[in-house]
Amino acid sequence: MSSSESDASLEGEEDEFEEEHEAEKWVPLSERAEWADVRPLPQDDGPHPVVPILYTPRFRQTMDYFRAILALDERSPRSLLLTQEVIMLNAGNYTVWHFRRLVLQDLSSDLLEELKFIERIAESNYKNYQIWHHRRWTAEKLGSAAMISELHFTEKVFSKDAKNYHAWSHRQWVLRTLGGWEGELDFCDKLLQQDIYNNSAWNQRFFVIKNSPYLGGVQGMREMEIKYCKDAIAVDSANESPWRYLKGLFKGDNEALVRSGAVADIILQELQKSKECIFALDLLLDLLNLGYEPPHDLIKSLGLDKDMCSAFKMATFICTCLKKIDAMRVLYWDWRLAAVVNPSDG
Amino acid sequence: MGELSIAKHVDYIKSLDKKKDLETVLTEHLRMSGAYWGLTSMDMMGHLEEMDKEAIVSWLLRCQHESGGFSGNIDHDPHVLYTLSAVQILALYDELDVINKDKVAAYISQLQQEDGSFAGDEWGEIDTRFSYCAICCLSLLKRLEKINLTKAVEFVAACKNFDGGFGCTPGGESHAGQIFCCVGALAIGGGLHHVDKDLLGWWLCERQVKSGGLNGRPEKLPDVCYSWWVLSSLVMIDRAHWINKDKLKQFILDCQDKEHGGISDRPDDAVDVFHTYFGIAGLSLLEYEGLKPIDPAYALPVDVVDRIFYSCEKKQPSH
Repeated sequence: MSSSESDASLEGEEDEFEEEHEAEKWVPLSERAEWADVRPLPQDDGPHPVVPILYTPRFRQTMDYFRAILALDERSPRSLLLTQEVIMLNAGNYTVWHFRRLVLQDLSSDLLEELKFIERIAESNYKNYQIWHHRRWTAEKLGSAAMISELHFTEKVFSKDAKNYHAWSHRQWVLRTLGGWEGELDFCDKLLQQDIYNNSAWNQRFFVIKNSPYLGGVQGMREMEIKYCKDAIAVDSANESPWRYLKGLFKGDNEALVRSGAVADIILQELQKSKECIFALDLLLDLLNLGYEPPHDLIKSLGLDKDMCSAFKMATFICTCLKKIDAMRVLYWDWRLAAVVNPSDG
Repeated sequence: MGELSIAKHVDYIKSLDKKKDLETVLTEHLRMSGAYWGLTSMDMMGHLEEMDKEAIVSWLLRCQHESGGFSGNIDHDPHVLYTLSAVQILALYDELDVINKDKVAAYISQLQQEDGSFAGDEWGEIDTRFSYCAICCLSLLKRLEKINLTKAVEFVAACKNFDGGFGCTPGGESHAGQIFCCVGALAIGGGLHHVDKDLLGWWLCERQVKSGGLNGRPEKLPDVCYSWWVLSSLVMIDRAHWINKDKLKQFILDCQDKEHGGISDRPDDAVDVFHTYFGIAGLSLLEYEGLKPIDPAYALPVDVVDRIFYSCEKKQPSH
């Protein structure tokens, strides 16, 4: 098998698939000498056979031989080659992957070669659970020798799909298990430079500051990260990821949030640009509910009169604005309005 | 507002077992889940009796293995995903007694790891999806005592993120599908106090985009499947009113193939049974007229769940 794009995915068209293989000239298993001793095992459709599936002859025959070696539990080099053929036809078939691992184990196969094979299969199957699981199994067997290859592999996947959930999970596993933390914050920065809206990269950034043995943890990194958020928000204040990240930096430490002049600065910066910035208003609302005393320039940025604006009045005003600006979530803002604390009630 | 073409969707689902195209071939290994999606949709629409119960149950039983687990089809390996689908199908049919529940429970309990997480099968992939499958399945079988539920709940809680959402393992990005699994597992396992309901509720309602549809992560396209993942999570934390229900209803209805039946991910795309189920389930949560209400945690019609836990001749609920 030479083509790296030859496996059919769910979205794949059958015709296309046949075309891609034409150059390769498939030899039916029934005509291959090395398979002469095996009796193919046809599919068992159960006691109430439904309408027979219109498999291509190639698909049917490959599966029939696969069922035969599975029944025999034959863990041989030719079995390994056959699982490869089945995977090329349908990479989602998890039973084939299971059996392939048994064969790889029994034959003590070269797992670096296996990584290359996975890479070829993965190219058109980046969202396939089986492939990623198999990749992890292989990397785990290889241990720290696989660290660099795995970081490179995921990076390659991100160049095509920077939000690929499986790849990010794999990368986090690599960092935790095999290491490679040193360059990870820069890596996150690189991906965010490419796409500041990439929520996966923001999540990874949080993962790094929280877990990297080389950094100071969320609290230690806070000041630097607020600055990072500020710059990202300045690019587009409607980007929810940096706002959530910013709130995350203060999770469980409301006191520090209220005291942080840097956070108030971001809010002011954005409200001076637009009074309708939903995330700035939301965060200001949080602060006010926590007892924050708004300075005059912040009150002014909302067009309010500084002398008659208590924190309560300001919070009420913000909720009323948000109900209009974000009409789709009017009931959410209604709930926020109801939760605004009126000091005169207490 | 358009209407749900129930008759067309019923015909579409009934036609699936006769359709033998490439997609059917490639999804043959997950037929158990396909059957669950189709049958639950039929039940919500009030047409379950039109499916061949005897044939389905006898096929399903042939997918059970010596270990007690079920595979996605005959000739495949057992997995917790398909074990849950099989148990859900038997629950729909009120046939849970045809299996040896202790055996299924034994299969699931041996998948639990030291840290409370669950592997999907003997190969050890860890994911909060499997925590949900295990907890939901054991609850339906009334065998939750067979696992360390405290640890199972703790592991799910450890996957909570700074934004209030949940990922597949600790540190994994929040994703609406994973959030459903985690909130569902916590709801069934008695651990909902671990959820920051207001923070998560806002994250979830921010998933609604202009078209009315819901996406699964920030900056992603809306997809009918999130009508289920997001909305069921919101229902479980009592925050479903935070989204615009009429706009979501319209989005789902716009994804119907009104000529041939079935529902797609987005308007004018090709339909499949997965999105048909999620569309109908979403509408059921939105109390669409003519659909049975669905339970947001068990992903089964409410009357099915009630029959299991509240039938007077049966045992007391274990959830």
